[in-house]
Amino acid sequence: MQREDGELPVDSDVDVHFPRQRRELPDEPWAVLAAISLGGALGACARYGVDTALPHAPDAFALSTLLVNVTGCLLIGVLMVLVVDVWPRLVLLRPLLGVGFLGGFTTFSTHIMDAHDLLEAGRAGLTLAFLGANLAGGLAAAWLGVTLATRATRLRRSGRVRR
Amino acid sequence: MILLMVAVGGAIGAPLRYLTDRFVQIRHDSVFPWGTHTANATACLIFGFVSVLALPDWAYALVATGFLGALSTYSTFGYETLRLLEKKTWFLAFANAAASVGAGLGAAYIGAAFAAAL
Repeated sequence: MQREDGELPVDSDVDVHFPRQRRELPDEPWAVLAAISLGGALGACARYGVDTALPHAPDAFALSTLLVNVTGCLLIGVLMVLVVDVWPRLVLLRPLLGVGFLGGFTTFSTHIMDAHDLLEAGRAGLTLAFLGANLAGGLAAAWLGVTLATRATRLRRSGRVRR
Repeated sequence: MILLMVAVGGAIGAPLRYLTDRFVQIRHDSVFPWGTHTANATACLIFGFVSVLALPDWAYALVATGFLGALSTYSTFGYETLRLLEKKTWFLAFANAAASVGAGLGAAYIGAAFAAAL
C-alpha cells in the first residue's frame, strides 16, 4: 500500500506502511524504546492522578476513564497532524508523546473492566451508555483534534498567521 | 510507592504494545489495525484474570493500573477508527469498534473465569 504525501497514518503507534516509521526501530532501537517507556510511565501516572481525583464505585459510571480516553483521543489527533506536517524530522516525538504518553494515559483495558463491573452489577443500560460515550466521545475528539490542527497548520503555511 | 509502581508498569506496558503492534503489522499486510487489537484484547484478558485475584495495592498498581493500562490504548484505537472512517472504509471502521469492544469484554470474562477456576 502506497500512501499519498501528507496523508496521515492509520495506526498512530506505528504504521509500517510509512518507511520512516518502519525504519525507526532498527535504526535507533534504544532511543525509540526509551522514549516510549518514559512517555508510558508519565502517561500512566497522569491517568492514576485523574483516577484518584475522580473515584467511582464499581456500579457507577467511570467518569475518570471517560475523561482520560476522550482527552487522549483529542490530543492524539492534534499530535499526528503536527508529527506529519510540522515536525517530520523530530523522529522521537511520536514515540514519546503518542505511543508513550497518550498510550499510557488512555486505557482500553480499564474501560472494558469498568464495563464488566457495570454488567456484573446488573446495570446493562449504564454499560451501553458508558461504552457508547467512550466511543462517540473518542471519535468526535480525535476528529476535532485532527481538524483543528490541520486548519492551524494550513493557516500557518498560507502565511495568514505570522509567527 | 504506589505511583512508582504505576510508573514502572507503564514503562514496560507501552513499549510492549509498540513491539506487539509492529510485530503483528509486519506479518499481516492489512489496513485493519490487528496490532492494536491484539494488544488491547490481550490486556483485557490479563486484566480479567488479575481482577479476580486479591492482589495487594502495590501489585495491582504495577500490573493492572500501570502495565495493562499502558499495554492497552484508547487514543490509538479512537484515532485508527477515525482514520478508517475518513478513508470511507465503513465496514473496517465498524468492525474495528465492534470487534475491539466485543473481544475485549469476552477476553475479560474468560480471564476472570480462568482465575476463578484455579
